Amino acid sequence: MIALMIDVESNEPIYLQIARNLEEEILMGVYPEQEQIPSTTELSIGLKINPATILKGMNQLVKDGVIYKKRGLGMFVCPGAVENLRSRRQSEFFVKYIIPLMNEGERLGISPDQIIEMIQKGCDTT
Amino acid sequence: MSIELQDISKSYGKFLALDQVSLQFQKQMIYGLLGRNGAGKTTLMNLITHRIFPDSGKVFIDGEDLSTNPSFVEHIYMMTDKKLYPDPMRVGEVFRWTDAFYGGFNHDLADLLCKRFELNKKRKISTLSTGYSSIFKIIVALCVKADYILLDEPVLGLDAGHREKFYKSLLETYAETPRTFIISTHLIEEVSSIIENVVMIDRGHILRNCSVEELLQSGYNITGSIAEVDAYCKTRHTIGSDTIGGIKTAAILGTAEHVPVGLTVSPLDLQKLFVRMTESPEVE
Repeated sequence: MIALMIDVESNEPIYLQIARNLEEEILMGVYPEQEQIPSTTELSIGLKINPATILKGMNQLVKDGVIYKKRGLGMFVCPGAVENLRSRRQSEFFVKYIIPLMNEGERLGISPDQIIEMIQKGCDTT
Repeated sequence: MSIELQDISKSYGKFLALDQVSLQFQKQMIYGLLGRNGAGKTTLMNLITHRIFPDSGKVFIDGEDLSTNPSFVEHIYMMTDKKLYPDPMRVGEVFRWTDAFYGGFNHDLADLLCKRFELNKKRKISTLSTGYSSIFKIIVALCVKADYILLDEPVLGLDAGHREKFYKSLLETYAETPRTFIISTHLIEEVSSIIENVVMIDRGHILRNCSVEELLQSGYNITGSIAEVDAYCKTRHTIGSDTIGGIKTAAILGTAEHVPVGLTVSPLDLQKLFVRMTESPEVE
């Protein structure tokens, strides 16, 4: 199954998009821990992207300890990968979401108190 | 193992098509050969396949000098937009003849691709539309057994659906049997993720020969108000710019540093970079 969404015109390099998308699918449980992820060839043909680029994305994940290589078999999800990904995402949350939120608020003249109020409202409705 | 051009020059009368070009195509990689009309792409391909001969310089195939060992062209297959087959010949016959000349023709893949592209093997070559003529030649090129496959404008006349099928088929056969593909095309955006390396040619000169990634990382775009962008560009190597209304975007070589607030940095994209580099020869 290939649900990866790659945007060739995006600002983000394609190999990083591939790494990020695979992370996303591992987080979602599409590829459980210790299970195999799709091969370079499968992704290359499915996404119409040069296999060297796919491999670079995968190597990034190997470096980050998300997947590992089984010689002659392919790439597999590391045990504990989901937990690691989750805690990494949690630590990125502030920079990725809160900072831009405050910046946009400032640009539009929404005070921090108003933002906190809105977050509270968001908590009540979800 | 590679195709190597050493100091190749070629002119047609007074027109210098290639000017002391030195270049190497590595084994088992997909290359994009990018150049504007008349830049020298086809001349380069014709020289590699020994269809025309250089005024000076040498071509080496796997280390062998092509001028003394012309039989080495058997490692190369070139697809062109030219119609070189006899008119009454049918698709299937060309497959058989290609097999007879090159050996090892992948008939199974040819059948599969004929089905995928809905091409009847019994069709006469002369009756094929522009698009199907390209499709037919693509199928031959993907099924022939050769280490170096040169595709000169392979997607000429192909609709979007057929182009997608071509890119998919190309990557499939490349995964199955890695070999060198050199693709010349004007549809740069479409091939930018397919190719690993890019050779950029302009007015008979090689502008760049590197990986796509390396090329895109060699610079960046900067966007902002005209005055601010101009001030920023003053001390930097700018390769081109666009202005829309009061906003200017400039492509700059190097790494982005000391970017003032108010200016936005974004990565280069292959097509725009190509247009900019081939449009402004005075800064190159």
